[in-house]
Amino acid sequence: MSQPPAGSANPLPLRDRMKIPRQAMPEQPAQDRVFNFFEVNRGYSEELAQQEARRCLECAKPTCMDNCPVGVNVREFVQSIVAGDFRGAAAVIRQDNVLPAITGRVCPQEDHCEAACKLHKKGESLGIGYLERFVADYEQRMGIRHVPTAPPTGRKVAIVGSGPAGLSAAGDLVQKGHLVCVFEALHELGGVLVYGIPEFRLPKQIIREQLDYMRAMGVEFETDVVVGRTVTIDELIEEEGYDAVFVATGAGSPLFLGIPGEHLNGVYSANEFLTRINLMHAWQFPAYDQPMMDLHAKDVAVIGGGNTALDAIRSVLRLGARKAYVLYRRSEAEMPARAEEVKHARQEGIEFHMLTGPVEFLPDEKGWLGAVRCVRMALGEPDASGRRRPQPVAGSEFDVPLSVAVIAVGTSANPVIQSTTPGLDTDRRGYIVADPATQRTSRRGVFAGGDIVTGSATVILAMGAGRRAARSIHEYLSTGSW
Amino acid sequence: MFPILEARFIAPGIRRFIIQAPRIARKQQPGQFVILRLYEHGERIPLTIESSDPAKETISIVVLSVGKTTRLLNSLQAGDAILDVVGPLGKPSEIRNFGTVVVIGGGVGAAMAFPTAAALKRAGNTVISIIGARSGELVILERELSAVSDALTVTTDDGSYGERGLVTDKLRQLINQGAHIDLVLAVGPIPMMKAVADLTRAPRIPTIVSLNPIMIDGTGMCGGCRVLVDGKSKFACVDGPEFDAHQVDFDVLLQRNSMYRGPERESLAEFECHPQAQIESMRAASAKVCVLTGGRR
Ligand SMILES: Cc1cc2nc3c(=O)[nH]c(=O)nc-3n(C[C@H](O)[C@H](O)[C@H](O)COP(=O)(O)OP(=O)(O)OC[C@H]3O[C@@H](n4cnc5c(N)ncnc54)[C@H](O)[C@@H]3O)c2cc1C
Ligand SMILES: Cc1cc2nc3c(=O)[nH]c(=O)nc-3n(C[C@H](O)[C@H](O)[C@H](O)COP(=O)(O)OP(=O)(O)OC[C@H]3O[C@@H](n4cnc5c(N)ncnc54)[C@H](O)[C@@H]3O)c2cc1C
Ligand code: SF4
Ligand code: FES
Repeated sequence: MSQPPAGSANPLPLRDRMKIPRQAMPEQPAQDRVFNFFEVNRGYSEELAQQEARRCLECAKPTCMDNCPVGVNVREFVQSIVAGDFRGAAAVIRQDNVLPAITGRVCPQEDHCEAACKLHKKGESLGIGYLERFVADYEQRMGIRHVPTAPPTGRKVAIVGSGPAGLSAAGDLVQKGHLVCVFEALHELGGVLVYGIPEFRLPKQIIREQLDYMRAMGVEFETDVVVGRTVTIDELIEEEGYDAVFVATGAGSPLFLGIPGEHLNGVYSANEFLTRINLMHAWQFPAYDQPMMDLHAKDVAVIGGGNTALDAIRSVLRLGARKAYVLYRRSEAEMPARAEEVKHARQEGIEFHMLTGPVEFLPDEKGWLGAVRCVRMALGEPDASGRRRPQPVAGSEFDVPLSVAVIAVGTSANPVIQSTTPGLDTDRRGYIVADPATQRTSRRGVFAGGDIVTGSATVILAMGAGRRAARSIHEYLSTGSW
Repeated sequence: MFPILEARFIAPGIRRFIIQAPRIARKQQPGQFVILRLYEHGERIPLTIESSDPAKETISIVVLSVGKTTRLLNSLQAGDAILDVVGPLGKPSEIRNFGTVVVIGGGVGAAMAFPTAAALKRAGNTVISIIGARSGELVILERELSAVSDALTVTTDDGSYGERGLVTDKLRQLINQGAHIDLVLAVGPIPMMKAVADLTRAPRIPTIVSLNPIMIDGTGMCGGCRVLVDGKSKFACVDGPEFDAHQVDFDVLLQRNSMYRGPERESLAEFECHPQAQIESMRAASAKVCVLTGGRR
């Protein structure tokens, strides 16, 4: 049992592999990074990557792969790293995952691949995300990536939305020889990856490189097109000759709390706040023209406990805030944010206030936001999501003085496509109904996937939906049967 | 890139543009707007579509210079191009035969109200237009509006042209004379729209206003454009921009629109130090994009 598996490039007996500690990700020290937007994680060196890869037990039945939503062949790519064949490792990942530089950075690995890693039961799981990122970055650094081509089929596919779901479908479909055009409402491509997730977690350059690669493969992009308004799905099919449409518009409509004072100056949705920073570069005002509120020496809170909340509050800190709070109505165990984000946020000095629910935003003497009134919560019985339901504790109100509050309590479906596409079924919350296996909707030739079907989820789940859609669109175009 | 085919000042500080935008031209309906971004470092600002010509694949906009972005825009000429233009956004105006409609345009609001006034006329309404400006030289679209109106009054604050006074003075006069009015549409500065709403509330004349909150995406994604209507939050870019004037909380709108007064002043002051240099660098930046992409993005 302790012998290396036959043919392994790794000579270490399994027992010794388990003695290697998980290799730490080199990162910018917290005291430096709170003053800049550069990426926090620096990435493994070749030596660190190989040392980490040597920890892999090369299981005969690798459960990590089963737990990856797109089934990346983890064992094989890790073996290639051990063998020093980094480019080969990249090729293995690319079979299942077209955006490894992105997923390596933002996947909640602790819920997916790394959760199922056998090492996890014995100690710390293999750093699969870190290795994936290393391989993708290596490939990018070395340049010359193989650009696959396929004989043209003459069929046209329109993709609506350029987030991870749309991009992964586009990449797969163009490789089948179909003409693919991605329509995007905003002036930049990438969806949440560009307007939501900040530079210090996912540098925009990585998305740009990915897009360049997709252009090289032949994917076309048209920005500034709000499908439903600028052109409808029916017009794409009937007038512009698209044979199939994939709707991947995300869950982009911000939810508010519905409490008094939400209209006060200083109260933002996380979408607006992050869009100003990431898409519009408002933090570089006046070099960029879009303004934002000056946060210098201000007290700021974010309301919510997901990745969005932490992205917002960590940005706040980098813009010079004096105090940065997370106000969350459940306890830390229920926080949906990635474990690494919570760790980084704590290192940076963000204050977490759990079991705290806002009930009202209060104005200052100018009529702008001055404070938020909160109530303490206690956890009761589990709710529909399986998490214990927070309940307000009577008489526990207290005020937190604030200049800016960012609301990050989730998003819902934007109705523009659904309301302009007759016959497209939605569920009662307004999400598009699609078959989970084929991503087919109630309209012939129209497919949907990603957050617009599932509600706000993750990058890798959206990509998985994009893949499935590409597969069934290809099948539909080949057979013509629905 | 969206090429500018024509650009000319129709009044001091107010410029009308004809822009090539085939997709938008095909879909535009009265009351809708575009959001544009001039260059890579530019902000996104909303502007009402004044008219469109699907055959020529063009739209027109009328822009009043107020801050940096509108000044930069108003420095562009035919042959230049705008980096991003997205639309048509917002709900179209409700067009049907209401009977008699009073259309009120304050300042550049006259251009914003024009497409709706024209459509109301085509739908068989009696259209009474009132347009107001600070002084005679700032009166715009008088000829175009009068062509779609059964009656048109111009008011100026200083009396240099038309009747002296405010648009609301004229409206009050009509109401006091007992004129039969089925609907009032008011587009202009917030204090004007608020004054109109106050005038028509007691006589219960249905009144629509077109709100102009600060917007970014214009697609319902950011919530920055939220306005309080009947005590509820509405996103003006998708639920509006037109709302029932009697339900709108104008004070909240005024307050929210003042949110960036500080940085806006800073931006404008910096612009005014070297306007020519900034205009040149914007044009150079968009020319570069044009060359790199062969005019496509
Ligand atoms: C701040 C933030 C941080 C996050 N962090 C993580 C993380 O660390 N890890 C993780 O796995 N997940 C994270 N998520 C969730 C993840 O980003 C989403 O689940 C994922 O992006 C969904 O992908 P999608 O392709 O379905 O939609 P989106 O990424 O939302 O993209 C949809 C695109 O469609 C465009 N669009 C919408 N309507 C139209 C229309 N009518 N016409 C044309 N285009 C349209 C939108 O502009 C957008 O570009 C985060 C989300 C946010 C908001
Ligand atoms: C639906 C809608 C339609 C409009 N149509 C027209 C039109 O047809 N013609 C016209 O001249 N103007 C129109 N406006 C107003 C126009 O958008 C603003 O004048 C412009 O954004 C000012 O930008 P600036 O940089 O020049 O001025 P700034 O100095 O930045 O701002 C001056 C004032 O303009 C408003 N403003 C600033 N940024 C924005 C923004 N991103 N979105 C909305 N308002 C903002 C604020 O009230 C601000 O105080 C419209 C606004 C809306 C919401
Ligand atoms: S794509 Fe995400 S879940 Fe799958 S192996 Fe990579 S990091 Fe793990
Ligand atoms: S402008 Fe962003 S939601 Fe209206």
